[in-house]
Amino acid sequence: MTRLYSFHGGVHPPENKRQSLGAPIRQAPLPARLILPLQQHIGKPATPLVAVGDTVLKGQKIAEPSGHVSAAIHAPSSGSITYIGLQPVPHASGLESPCIVIETDGQEQWIERQPLTDYQQLDKQALIRHIRNAGIAGLGGAGFPTDIKLNLGRDHIVNTLIINAAECEPYITADDALMRERPDEILSGIEIIAHLLQPSHILIGIEDNKPNAIKALRDAIRARKLPIDLVVVPTRYPSGGEKQLIQLLTGIEVASGSIPADVGIVCQNVGTAAAIYRAVILGEPLISRIVTLTGFALGHRQNYEVLIGTPFSVLLESAEVDRSRMFRLVMGGPMMGISIEDDRIPVIKTTNCIIAATREEMPPSPPAQPCIRCGMCEQVCPASLLPQQLFWFAKGREFDKARHHNLFDCIECGACAYVCPSNIPLVQHYRFAKSEIRNEEAEQLKAAQARERFEARQARLAREEQEKEQRRKERAEAAAREQARKKAEAEQADAGEQDPEAELKKLKTAASIARTKLKKARDALKNAQEKGLDGTDKLEATVLQLEQSAQAAEQAWQNATGVQH
Amino acid sequence: MALIHLSSPHVSKANATDRVMRLVLLATLPALLALTFFFGWGSLIQLCLAATSALLFEAVCLRLRKRPILFFLRDGSALVTAILLALAIPPFAPWWVVVIGSFTAIVIAKHLYGGLGNNPFNPAMVAYALLLISFPVEMTQWNAPFVLIGDSWKALASFPESLMIIFSGVNHHLIDAYTGATPLEVLKHRGGMTTEEVWRNVPVLSDGVFAWYGISAAWLMGGVFLIYRKVITWHAPFAMISILFLLSSLFYAGDPSNFADPFVHIGVGATMMCAFFIATDPVSCATSNRGKIVFGIGVGALIYIIRTWGSFPDAAAFAILLMNLAAPFIDHYTQPRSYGHRRANRGIGGGR
Repeated sequence: MTRLYSFHGGVHPPENKRQSLGAPIRQAPLPARLILPLQQHIGKPATPLVAVGDTVLKGQKIAEPSGHVSAAIHAPSSGSITYIGLQPVPHASGLESPCIVIETDGQEQWIERQPLTDYQQLDKQALIRHIRNAGIAGLGGAGFPTDIKLNLGRDHIVNTLIINAAECEPYITADDALMRERPDEILSGIEIIAHLLQPSHILIGIEDNKPNAIKALRDAIRARKLPIDLVVVPTRYPSGGEKQLIQLLTGIEVASGSIPADVGIVCQNVGTAAAIYRAVILGEPLISRIVTLTGFALGHRQNYEVLIGTPFSVLLESAEVDRSRMFRLVMGGPMMGISIEDDRIPVIKTTNCIIAATREEMPPSPPAQPCIRCGMCEQVCPASLLPQQLFWFAKGREFDKARHHNLFDCIECGACAYVCPSNIPLVQHYRFAKSEIRNEEAEQLKAAQARERFEARQARLAREEQEKEQRRKERAEAAAREQARKKAEAEQADAGEQDPEAELKKLKTAASIARTKLKKARDALKNAQEKGLDGTDKLEATVLQLEQSAQAAEQAWQNATGVQH
Repeated sequence: MALIHLSSPHVSKANATDRVMRLVLLATLPALLALTFFFGWGSLIQLCLAATSALLFEAVCLRLRKRPILFFLRDGSALVTAILLALAIPPFAPWWVVVIGSFTAIVIAKHLYGGLGNNPFNPAMVAYALLLISFPVEMTQWNAPFVLIGDSWKALASFPESLMIIFSGVNHHLIDAYTGATPLEVLKHRGGMTTEEVWRNVPVLSDGVFAWYGISAAWLMGGVFLIYRKVITWHAPFAMISILFLLSSLFYAGDPSNFADPFVHIGVGATMMCAFFIATDPVSCATSNRGKIVFGIGVGALIYIIRTWGSFPDAAAFAILLMNLAAPFIDHYTQPRSYGHRRANRGIGGGR
């Protein structure tokens, strides 16, 4: 028997699981329209392979993964593609996202299935490719594409394979029902996973509130003589959180910021294991899953086998919903699920539960009272954080301090908000702080890039300016040199030979200027004499002087002319 | 019907601040009974006075601050403050002492700082310290427990007499007959006597100390109840009492004639009340489990230091207020080690 460890904190909310376990898994009705979001998990959306008007067969691949973290999508039933575009999808903020809509023809006509019953003889990469092509993603929570986790054996040593059967959230019984009714599918899936990862230990972690599932699995394990440890853990939320389950079963903590494979552990959900079995042994891609329909607004509370893409409304009608009593519609569990406003949205690969709750069942929380730092949140936090401090930091926008208090190790399990006596929506505050920090970081990155660009441009401009200046200087120098050269040449020419024509012109101009000056002086003198002004004698002298210089100029010009001619 | 859109989690535990406060009120009951048993009706009258005035001041403040009055009055925090204050002051102090106390606690120490959850200091202790400094005579006049003045409970002032003492304060005959020093005062102002001589010669110690022990036991009972109901954790009380016991044992062992023995320090005065009801106030004390231990150690050490070498006989209020000042600092240096981290973060953070 494996030793059991424990994790810090945790809560035990009312389980509310009994009401959906009264009847076996039931086949949900085939809807008229199936809506398949191209993105059902983190990573990149898939790329459509079909166009509007195409007819598709059940199990036909209609979108293929684009990039590493991405999953293929298959037609859950036969029919024709009627629309590719935005549709409301399960999203915490009620956003729309690209979807493929199939109008079903009711024939349920399968495409030819390609099982790999002899997978043990196959190359591992080919087997992983087959699983990737089957569109399998984690059915437990985040919907992480499974092939990536199965490929970890290549660069990690995987000691321990943990199969997560804890299903710790209240209300949800999808995994419980699967384990009760199809334990062999799960074990065959585990065998395939073990073949790929070659772990030395295989552990199944299951909460002790599922005695029937424990018995079914134990019997199946015994019948097959498999080396699997079935570990029953106490019922305490969130024991099914990946990191918490690892801590419970192995006592190992996964370091902040790294993945379980870094400590030699890979976790898979029981639902995922069954899906792998169906993909490999039966050749059926992931086109359906088990969904718990529960909540007191429903007439039939039980588990349904549901085609991916089935609108919630179809399921709610099938479960005889009383819409007048339905107050809150939740996808997932009450602790971490998202509330849904529009029941036309489809079931996706990660939809494990739909709760149609009445007002009495999930009343709106009373107004929040001030935080008195009572510390009840601290006592239940499975990540050993100080939620009360994080709350103050988030509220005061002191994000540096929030980070310093390991805000990003918060798994948003909601245990703190569950116990808070002041009814403070703590998780909402943490989500706010996280998104603000992410935005801030993106802004900072953008700003840093912009600054880099700006600085590069400034440097380029400065360099160009400098080069221009350099060229200008060079040109100026060249011009100056040229001018100096020309001047020198001209001087040489002057020295060698005078230009007679120019000389003559000069003399002529001088003579005419002298004449004009003389005339003006004479006019002035005449004027002065007429008016009887003082100082005429001075003017007279000037006139005399000018007469002489005019004569001289005239003479010079005459002489020059004479010389020439 | 329109569906509501809310963030997870969608359920919460029926766990409310007023429930927490009610449990605290319930936990003060043994102490109230013990005080009434040993000292008469005084504490009960003080309690009624304090509760009424505190609720009134709270309502006025909420009104001035334009906050929903009933919503906040229901949380019971003002009541808890009032009761702790009422049980801390001498049972026959004049009525205006406790009214000034609740004014200080509710208006100055709580609402001027932003109301519930935002006060850096414990309101009851702010009020107690202010009263002790401002009215030292009234605040140190404890009446003698009945075991010192008569054979039975009947020796104490009757209910009408008690009312008269508290409200008129003129009956000097009654006051002089009943008031006396507390054990801690006697030990402090001992003249030249050794501890042993004090124990032998002063009736409040030789005969009356069991009254104080009884009251401490009652506070302890309340505290254990709160720990059992998970309203408080063991960390701060345990740390505080242990360090006080340790320090007093050390000094008593070194010089038994000059220092009081550890059981006096633990069993007399405000030690037990402080450990379980004041040092565990979540708002003004350190918040993480390790922080609570550091906080408790600080309070315990300060109580011993101030009692032994300070000028006041008891020290709980001052020790708490000093440690309240240090609480944010303690918080920054006592983060727990989070999941997946090799060691706990230290310091304020920021300025990476």
